[in-house]
Amino acid sequence: MRETLTAYLLISPQMLGFLVVVLIPLITVLVLSFTDSNLLAPDARSVGLDNYQTMVSEDPAFWRSVVTTGIFSAGLVVINVVMSLFLALVLHRKLRGAQLFLALAFLPVVTSQAAWAVVWRFLLQGEGGTVNSLLSVFSISGPNWLFEAKPALAAVTVVAALKTVGLKAVIFLAALRSIPKEAVEAARLDGASEWQVQRRVILPLLAPTTLVVVIITLIGSFQVFDYIMLMTNGGPSHATTVLAFAIYQQGFELMRTGYASALAVVLFVITLGLVAVQWWARKKWVHSE
Amino acid sequence: MALRVLLYVLLVLAVAPLVFPFLWMASSALKPPAEIFSYPPRLIPQHVAWENLSEVFRLQPFARQIWNSVYIAAAVTALTCALSLLSGYAFARLRFPGRNLLFFLLLSALMLPAEVTLIPLFKMLRLANLVDTHVPLIILPVFGATGVMATFLIRQFFQSLPPEVEEAAQLDGLGRLGIIWHIAMPLARPMLGAVAIIAFLASWNSYLEPLVFLNRVELFTVPVAITAYTDATGHPLWNVQMAATAISTLPVLLAYVLARRQITDSLAHANSR
Repeated sequence: MRETLTAYLLISPQMLGFLVVVLIPLITVLVLSFTDSNLLAPDARSVGLDNYQTMVSEDPAFWRSVVTTGIFSAGLVVINVVMSLFLALVLHRKLRGAQLFLALAFLPVVTSQAAWAVVWRFLLQGEGGTVNSLLSVFSISGPNWLFEAKPALAAVTVVAALKTVGLKAVIFLAALRSIPKEAVEAARLDGASEWQVQRRVILPLLAPTTLVVVIITLIGSFQVFDYIMLMTNGGPSHATTVLAFAIYQQGFELMRTGYASALAVVLFVITLGLVAVQWWARKKWVHSE
Repeated sequence: MALRVLLYVLLVLAVAPLVFPFLWMASSALKPPAEIFSYPPRLIPQHVAWENLSEVFRLQPFARQIWNSVYIAAAVTALTCALSLLSGYAFARLRFPGRNLLFFLLLSALMLPAEVTLIPLFKMLRLANLVDTHVPLIILPVFGATGVMATFLIRQFFQSLPPEVEEAAQLDGLGRLGIIWHIAMPLARPMLGAVAIIAFLASWNSYLEPLVFLNRVELFTVPVAITAYTDATGHPLWNVQMAATAISTLPVLLAYVLARRQITDSLAHANSR
């Protein structure tokens, strides 16, 4: 009894704060999504499912933002995981200078997203931009990256993916170190080539870690904001407006907080679905081991 | 041998886009406007424009903005450490009804994109007259995802620790708070260090919340400030912007060089749960 009281006392500061900062806003966003709430108007009226109806059947920007989110998130995960896995596999081989490479790859991780975005925006300027100047050395004439639809989406995806490569590489390296040496030795004794060892022994053993990294990266990619806001502002003509950015635009630029709340609910449901997939996949993995 | 060379080449290619922006940021921070987009691009400026650095402080109250970031991050760090020590310890060591349910509920904050709850939060904080103050920037991370992550790490830490020491202290007549203060906190020092690093970086680097909650320039934090160096038409003053960005990045990079192991392990640990 006393222990219970002490426990509640100890957790109460965090739980009360959590209630105010997370739980109540989460319930409120659901309520707001059924209203015509507007930042400029004092009162909001209930409009039933109107916001959702508009979203699905009248707002082409909604479906476009869903597709853009899909492309952005998939691209980000693939680039991020492939690069970090490659770095980890190579650096695990005790190359000279491995620590230095890892330290350099980690620099963007500690830097703010805003700084990373600002510098890349500068590098990706169309005329005289550094990236295009470098490309022109190889006689490639680069696009006006941030002002053409496809290059802009590609640019924000790559820039966002690069930022956390170092972090994911460290996570993969930790997993690599925990692989029992015997498994690798045994494969080598059986005459497996280096390539076969990497492909048939090491990569399968990394699968659980890879799954975790993919899910974390995917969930993180849904809340991308800084890169979009600072590099393209969602443009050109909404080509880089992902769902999370559409919430911000609708809510804080167009003041349509009711409609933005409906978008937020959709983003929340998608995230929830992914978390469920993660649990299911982890469970399956643990059972099959 | 050939494989070795190939691996090095691939390594350099992979790491180049991660390092190059820093070099270019530093170089452009010291270039006069005329050289910013000069062709062919040069890493070393022909004329070093030290005045870019003073422009950073002349065009905006940048020293004040750095101070804002520092004290907000310090407050977030201190509060996160304190709260997560209390509740992380309780969730790990004490038995009480609803323990798993409440912890599970807390964890949901880790999955939640910040944008989902931002609109209700803005409305609530506006009602409380807290918009255009620093209060939201302190309470949102402390009670939101950053704080929850900290509690998760502290709980995990105590679960991996045998409780015998604390039980002995209890027999010696020390109360719960005494145990937390005299025994648990010193034991958890390494994990509190990790929590402090995570909390400080999260606050120092945050951009969306200050953008939404702050209007007055003198209240800006660094990540918002570095994006606001523009000319009258709203076009970025690139060299000044790069100088401000370089100044803002320098302390973090310096901290990273000094405490590389600690920072790497903390962030990797927090992100691979």
